[in-house]
Amino acid sequence: MMTLKVNGRDHQIDADPDTPLLYVLRDDLKLNAAKFGCGLGQCGACTVIVDGKAVFSCVTPLLLLEGKQVTTLEGLGSIEAPASIQRAFMEEQAAQCGYCIAGMMMRAQALLQKNAKPTDDEIRSELEPHLCRCGTHMRILRAVHRAAHLMQTADASSVQRSAQ
Amino acid sequence: MNAPVILDRRRVLAGGGALIVSFSLADAFAQDAPAAPTPSLPGSLKTSPLLDSWIRIDADGSITAFTGKAELGQGFKTAFQQIAAEELDVAFESLKVITADTRLTANEGYTSGSHSMQDSGTAIQNAAAQARELLVAEAARRLALPAESFRTENGVVIAPAGQRFRYGDLVARDMLHVQARPKSKLKGPATFKVMGQPVPRVDIPAKVTGGAAYIQDMRLPGMVHARMVRPPSYRAQLMECDTSTVEKLPGVVKVVRDGNFLAVVAKKEFQAIKATRALSAAAKWQETASLPKQDDLLHVLANLPSQDQTIFEQGNASVLGQKTIEATYTRPYQSHGSIGPSCAVAQLADGTMTVWTHTQGVYPDRQGIAEMLRVPPASVRCIHVEGSGCYGHNGADDAAADAALIARALPGTPVRVQWMREQEHAWEPFGPAMVTKLKASLDDNGAIADWNFEVWSNTHSMRPGGAGSMLAAQHMAQPFAVPAAKPIPLPEGGGDRNAIPIYKFPNAHVVYHFIPDMPVRISAMRSLGAYHNVFSIESFMDELADAAGADPVAFRLKHLEDPRGRDVIERAAQGFGWQKGQMAPRDRGYGFAFARYKNLAAYCAIASEVEVERETGRPRLVRAVAAVDSGQVVNPDGLINQIEGAIVQSMSWTLYESVTFDDTRITSIDWQTYPILRFNSVPDSIEVHIINRPGQPFLGSGETGQGPAAASIANAIANATGKRLRDLPLTRKKIKDAIGA
Repeated sequence: MMTLKVNGRDHQIDADPDTPLLYVLRDDLKLNAAKFGCGLGQCGACTVIVDGKAVFSCVTPLLLLEGKQVTTLEGLGSIEAPASIQRAFMEEQAAQCGYCIAGMMMRAQALLQKNAKPTDDEIRSELEPHLCRCGTHMRILRAVHRAAHLMQTADASSVQRSAQ
Repeated sequence: MNAPVILDRRRVLAGGGALIVSFSLADAFAQDAPAAPTPSLPGSLKTSPLLDSWIRIDADGSITAFTGKAELGQGFKTAFQQIAAEELDVAFESLKVITADTRLTANEGYTSGSHSMQDSGTAIQNAAAQARELLVAEAARRLALPAESFRTENGVVIAPAGQRFRYGDLVARDMLHVQARPKSKLKGPATFKVMGQPVPRVDIPAKVTGGAAYIQDMRLPGMVHARMVRPPSYRAQLMECDTSTVEKLPGVVKVVRDGNFLAVVAKKEFQAIKATRALSAAAKWQETASLPKQDDLLHVLANLPSQDQTIFEQGNASVLGQKTIEATYTRPYQSHGSIGPSCAVAQLADGTMTVWTHTQGVYPDRQGIAEMLRVPPASVRCIHVEGSGCYGHNGADDAAADAALIARALPGTPVRVQWMREQEHAWEPFGPAMVTKLKASLDDNGAIADWNFEVWSNTHSMRPGGAGSMLAAQHMAQPFAVPAAKPIPLPEGGGDRNAIPIYKFPNAHVVYHFIPDMPVRISAMRSLGAYHNVFSIESFMDELADAAGADPVAFRLKHLEDPRGRDVIERAAQGFGWQKGQMAPRDRGYGFAFARYKNLAAYCAIASEVEVERETGRPRLVRAVAAVDSGQVVNPDGLINQIEGAIVQSMSWTLYESVTFDDTRITSIDWQTYPILRFNSVPDSIEVHIINRPGQPFLGSGETGQGPAAASIANAIANATGKRLRDLPLTRKKIKDAIGA
């Protein structure tokens, strides 16, 4: 039994320590966003954020996650209250089948948390580990730019609110 | 969305308390006898002519549109909702769409060939319009006034004096259980409120917030996880397999073996994967070398027996060519490459095998599964649930059969199967390799005088219909034989799709060499033979333009009469800034290509700019400008999304992709061994110009871009390097070899 912190909550997990995080998220915690794509760290569909960094959950065993903070797409926002990155992907209609999108969004989120104004080249370079087969790349890039803008606007307005 | 709500069509149609009124207005529609196929009806109403196969209105006012097609990520579910809302005159949000389910929806065969809009969209449009007419007629009957004086607005029929009747109050149980008429009073495009608008897709919010959006996300109570141990190669035989150790592993519920079909079921997903590794190690296979030479497909295909047919012949002896050129183009086997490996959930309960599947055809899939299980089709129900994009016939149907076969061994228990990455890559039915040989002559005026086109190809569809198309049925101890391949008939065609030129030439001769033998497992991949045939024709048009000293765009227009085709060519050229005599900057090139998909669906022209890195040969599409005419546009953003995706995906096929194999095994089994486009090669920009045709039939847009994108890029590479490459994919090595030579 191990304690795993996911989306701000502690969960008691009964799984072998070599179990990749992906299966814990999907099978034990019934979370949908992280997807099985390759199980080899080649496609990015399973990407989540661990302590601020984007990682492939399909090749990250449970035993490495003791005491760490795991964030999945579900932890960022919801349909009712979408996070900036989620709003941006909706507004840009940045999906076709969408199977790869949750992973893309998590890496973009990690990027934007450390670099609020990435250049187009920085976004492309950051998303390099991720595959999209539908060819939605142009929209994904636009959505990440839009998310950066939305986050700044949100930050600015929260600064204003707290100043009042 | 994926809650396994078992709806029964009869119960659904009976409705919950729908008003029953006696009326005779529907006499013109009503036919008590089961409807026979009716060729004169629009779209899929031909085969499913009852209005309530498409539109249902309940007494509480709730409205449902049904389609037998499967949402594959193209966004048509949203488009169908727009169409139904428009013709019913209700708000977009006030209705829902139910997709392919053998118990609920019409049998519309496969979701393929860019047919969804023209078949299902047209049926829904007409059924919705006729349903609205019936509602108006009922209101008119109640007030004994002429129907013409009534109007509808937002789910209400309004009488001339202002009395209002909610649709739910007007509907009677069997009001829509009538046969459609050939003609509907469709709304005029000028009055559209929902159609033609870029309505946001209904599926995207769940997909970007971690909602249950895919079959992979289904979790039924008591569900177990299965994994396959597939043979290591096509003809491998399982010689021995001691399952006793595997059966004792943690969580393992069962090992299922039937001949060469081998699977393990466990309570948890990763337990199933670990057990699969152990089972795989325990299985001893005998393999047979049966694969052709991957690096010599030109001769492999040319030497297989073929059935040869002249599919187009036109002659005008008075026009003679002076200058003749020839060229041969080849395409390798290519992979659908779905990002999510195929998945299915099946449960045998109360004598019914229910299979949740991301198949493109629930009814044919049901047929195949029923045959495999040796049960009547009525005791199998297939329900479509979205999967990862498939782009044709990938492993979806096979996974459905896998799940059904395993679920039969565990009655009552829902079984979820997902393939591993290497299984999807090695076992999916690939897009077939092809060869084309072209020869043409120019007359004194630089016009094409004669045109010869020959194409060698397998069929482009080995989809289920029978069990023999499915791996599980092929691998059982009492196997089902793979059905004999059949060519897909023209005018749509398979290997010969788009083989007949759309251009007008005085002399033309087109031959299809259909190859029945399939040394590599193949089936339908987005656009079928059109990808390679358009690549060939449109590359060759540039070679001929070059020989004639003509501008490629002007040269195409010179040979094209079709006014809609001319319009997309001119729009793409204009959007790109195409100029006669233009010179690209150093190491860059401009390319152009055009096709009308199947010569009967959407028109698409693409201009592109490519950059070639001299030192490495690496090509990169810098920008592309497309123009598309898909008839009446329902959702312009959805259409743009499809064309953008087509260009990017086709670029990946064209520059990088080929399935690899040795004499026994498929060796491209993951994304390292089958590389596809990554973000560092994504274009700077893609621009899509839509030519809307209000009131014209829907033409579909899912596949129209594949061929033009390939040829446009190939032409731009030729323009940048001065070297013509004809052997797909146009890799950096081939380019480097060509420019270094």
